[in-house]
Amino acid sequence: MEAGEAKSKKAGGPRLCCICNLRRPVLKRPKTLQQICRECFYEVFEEEIHQVIVKNHLFKSGERVAIGASGGKDSTVLAYVLSELNKRHSYGLDLFLLSIDEGITGYRDDSLETVKRNEVQYGLPLQIVSYKDLYGWTMDDIVKMIGLKNNCTFCGVFRRQALDRGAALLKVDKIVTGHNADDIAETVLLNILRGDIARLSRCTSITTGEDGPIPRYYFSTECIYSPNAYRGFAREFIKDLERLRPKAILDIIKSGEDFRIATTTKMPEQGTCERCGYISSQKWCKACVLLEGLNRGLPKMGIGRSRAGDVNGDLHNKNESKSGPTVKSIESRKQCGSLDF
Amino acid sequence: MQLTLEFGGGLELLCDSVKIHKVNVDLPDESHILTMKDLLKWVRTNLIKERPEMFIKGDTVRPGVLVLVNDCDWELSGQLETTLEEKDVVVFISTLHGG
Ligand SMILES: [Zn+2]
Ligand SMILES: [Zn+2]
Repeated sequence: MEAGEAKSKKAGGPRLCCICNLRRPVLKRPKTLQQICRECFYEVFEEEIHQVIVKNHLFKSGERVAIGASGGKDSTVLAYVLSELNKRHSYGLDLFLLSIDEGITGYRDDSLETVKRNEVQYGLPLQIVSYKDLYGWTMDDIVKMIGLKNNCTFCGVFRRQALDRGAALLKVDKIVTGHNADDIAETVLLNILRGDIARLSRCTSITTGEDGPIPRYYFSTECIYSPNAYRGFAREFIKDLERLRPKAILDIIKSGEDFRIATTTKMPEQGTCERCGYISSQKWCKACVLLEGLNRGLPKMGIGRSRAGDVNGDLHNKNESKSGPTVKSIESRKQCGSLDF
Repeated sequence: MQLTLEFGGGLELLCDSVKIHKVNVDLPDESHILTMKDLLKWVRTNLIKERPEMFIKGDTVRPGVLVLVNDCDWELSGQLETTLEEKDVVVFISTLHGG
């Protein structure tokens, strides 16, 4: 930081933070174009999130809330902010970190290390739920059985339900997941490109539970086997737009939010899976179909022409997201991965 | 010029998975200053071992790559025109992967 004083001269004279007028600014907020210092950024960022929580009545005192923790930056920020606000404003929440381990050797090692660090740093108990716990199969087991060809289908379908199932296992009232504006804007754009207005309307809503599948916190983690090129282009496109106009990303999200109003009456019909009770447009949800195939030694079952996921894009890499924290209510938790987004 | 360069958010994978590089960068012949523009060229030639398109697009970093010069977003110091000084710390973080 010492070097900073000299450095600020480069910007054409020492400028100070627009908010406190005391410290050297370190970033320009895309939202306001204000040049602000580190301390003021934390302050406005945390206060905005608090306001969103209060305004949307996201929590009630005494609730058990799981923070979907992937070890990535978004969930790490969420864990920090929520534990901080819970103390600062006495929300009275019983918070803990919920992590999913797919059981891919080596794949989650780093991120689980980060989550364990978060546990210590923020004093939040950590619960790791594995695919083995949830489905009876690790991804490595699945790959052994079916090979590398279709494993993304399994990983994507199972991943989409894992948080819900994990949360049910742990008897929590709500799940919160962290998303950044880039991911949300990207998802809005992808839903427009796919002509999926129903999904578009869901993807910017702050709470889910009464309709539609649930946003997933780590869907932006690229599958190690098959990166999603289409999504990659969308991401690059919005980052290019942002370069021309920093507010572009927030404006895309705003568009997604405004679309919602116009489409609330036309939601697709959703039933529930006869097997596990998650929302499904079919008799059995996709995860249950795939599991049945695995357990009966017919792993091709549920893969192929009839898969719902294909119509709407790849099964992995989904990232339906919200601004700031997303809260998922468990009471009405009846989601299923077979309707993907 | 002695600089510390840090790569994060996956960009380290492009330079032998090493995150922190203490480097010595020669000043361009004709001038006595080193700008970020010069540094990017240098990094591209000397540090990036694979998939340079993940780091560079055109003559600047790929959109989605955050650049900090001494802990300060380079947008505030003039981006490519930012002049570097001895012992500066430049951090590159990709925000494109992994939420
Ligand atoms: Zn300030
Ligand atoms: Zn089911």
